[in-house]
Amino acid sequence: MEILFRNVRELVERAEAENKLISEIMIEQEMIITERNREEIMNQMFRNLEVMEAAVERGLNGVQSVTGLTGGDAVLMQNYIASGKGLSGDFILDAVAKAVATNEVNAAMGTICATPTAGSAGVVPGTLFAVKNKLHPTKEEMVRFLFTAGAFGQVVANNAMISGAAGGCQAEVGSAAAMAAAAITEMAGGSPQQSAHAFSISLKNMLGLVCDPVAGLVEVPCVKRNAMGAANAMVSADMALAGIESRIPTDEVIDAMYRIGKTMPVALRETAQGGLAATPTGRWLEKKIFGSAAPANG
Amino acid sequence: MKFTSVFDIIGPVMIGPSSSHTAGAARIGRVARDLFGKQPTWAKIHLYGSFAETYKGHGTDVAIIGGLLDYDTFDERIKTSFDEAARLGLTFEFITETGSVDHPNTARIVIGDGDSEMSMVGISIGGGSIEITELNDFPLRMSGGMSAILVVHDDRAGVVANVAVSLAHHSINIGHMEVSRKERGNMALMVIEVDQNISTEILEEIELLPNITKVTRIKN
Repeated sequence: MEILFRNVRELVERAEAENKLISEIMIEQEMIITERNREEIMNQMFRNLEVMEAAVERGLNGVQSVTGLTGGDAVLMQNYIASGKGLSGDFILDAVAKAVATNEVNAAMGTICATPTAGSAGVVPGTLFAVKNKLHPTKEEMVRFLFTAGAFGQVVANNAMISGAAGGCQAEVGSAAAMAAAAITEMAGGSPQQSAHAFSISLKNMLGLVCDPVAGLVEVPCVKRNAMGAANAMVSADMALAGIESRIPTDEVIDAMYRIGKTMPVALRETAQGGLAATPTGRWLEKKIFGSAAPANG
Repeated sequence: MKFTSVFDIIGPVMIGPSSSHTAGAARIGRVARDLFGKQPTWAKIHLYGSFAETYKGHGTDVAIIGGLLDYDTFDERIKTSFDEAARLGLTFEFITETGSVDHPNTARIVIGDGDSEMSMVGISIGGGSIEITELNDFPLRMSGGMSAILVVHDDRAGVVANVAVSLAHHSINIGHMEVSRKERGNMALMVIEVDQNISTEILEEIELLPNITKVTRIKN
């Protein structure tokens, strides 16, 4: 079974040598691995895209989690954009609103598509459905956005980690932001190398981010971290498209993320023992929700 | 490579809120159900590490029970799986463990009915992907994402070859295979990940081979 890429260097080299998009290399790899034809694979990704779109729409209409900790912020952001008072630029704020919408649906135990995880599921669709309004992609180009994001995500998953329990939030929202940055860059017409730079710029700015969910719930601060992940992805893509390059090669950035994750204390890796989870308010919320604090770490 | 398909990364489609603690947990439960081959009537679920610390908020408990009821990651019934378990006569207990484990998201599932009992250890490695690391005290390494058969057999010469020949006759390609045993000459376990789903006929054929005790499968 032929493996077309094991790291980002091989992925970019292959795409540039064969004059193909990164999404195309990912589709070809999937055809080899699963022995399925292109149509089946494209259709499966299209179904995931539909799930993402439905989640964004549901979130923009307003949802509440069972605990009441999260929900309704996507609506607030959407109304703010409509007021015309936004300072950061409406495309970024739209990406933020849609990322928040997805994660609010996730927190409410609604149906989402993990990208790469559920806790970070807002970033990729949030940015995709925001840039859609500027770049006017075809359906196929939207599906390709997800394959490009998936190609970079696969390298991270195999060479580092994508779970908060293993590597902190840098591995989840950090990976998602970097995957989205690379995909936005391709959709906007950037080269494979520029996608890699966008990825690196994004992930470098997420390094060290801990996973410290209040009461162990994928709500606080996860929803707002997806908002910032989306904003980070948009700015990183713009930087790469402007011609700005990462001094540190992408695979070395991924390796740095891995090493940081490995040395991150357990209290900061999805155990609800440290960081924001351990603040007085975090503990108070935990008690309010569960009636008692989580047991001390054994 | 642990993650081979792009749909491990862009996917699964699932009920929130956590891919590792909800979707992965449902998959671990469902593999246990698959391997047991029938609806258990009781379950004892031991949770370790981050699973033990945060299972309530992530719905890890309803997800594992949902998996034991054969629900997929996107099945809306996961949210009310406890009610459904009560209706179907599945009693269960969650036990949070403080012992250290290799992976932060580990669950040991012990299930049974009046006739038989099974124990399995599963880990949730991120993004909804899982691995099975132990079955009835046999150490093993199996991803939940591929079709597989598990063969409990006597540790004798030729048993592995017989099973391989049987699969070859049916044009089933082996993707990954490992054999483990607790002690030499005693009972052994073969784990064979394959590229195609295995029919009941093939299972029965393998079960009739000499020195084979039990054959179970996981469908993809």
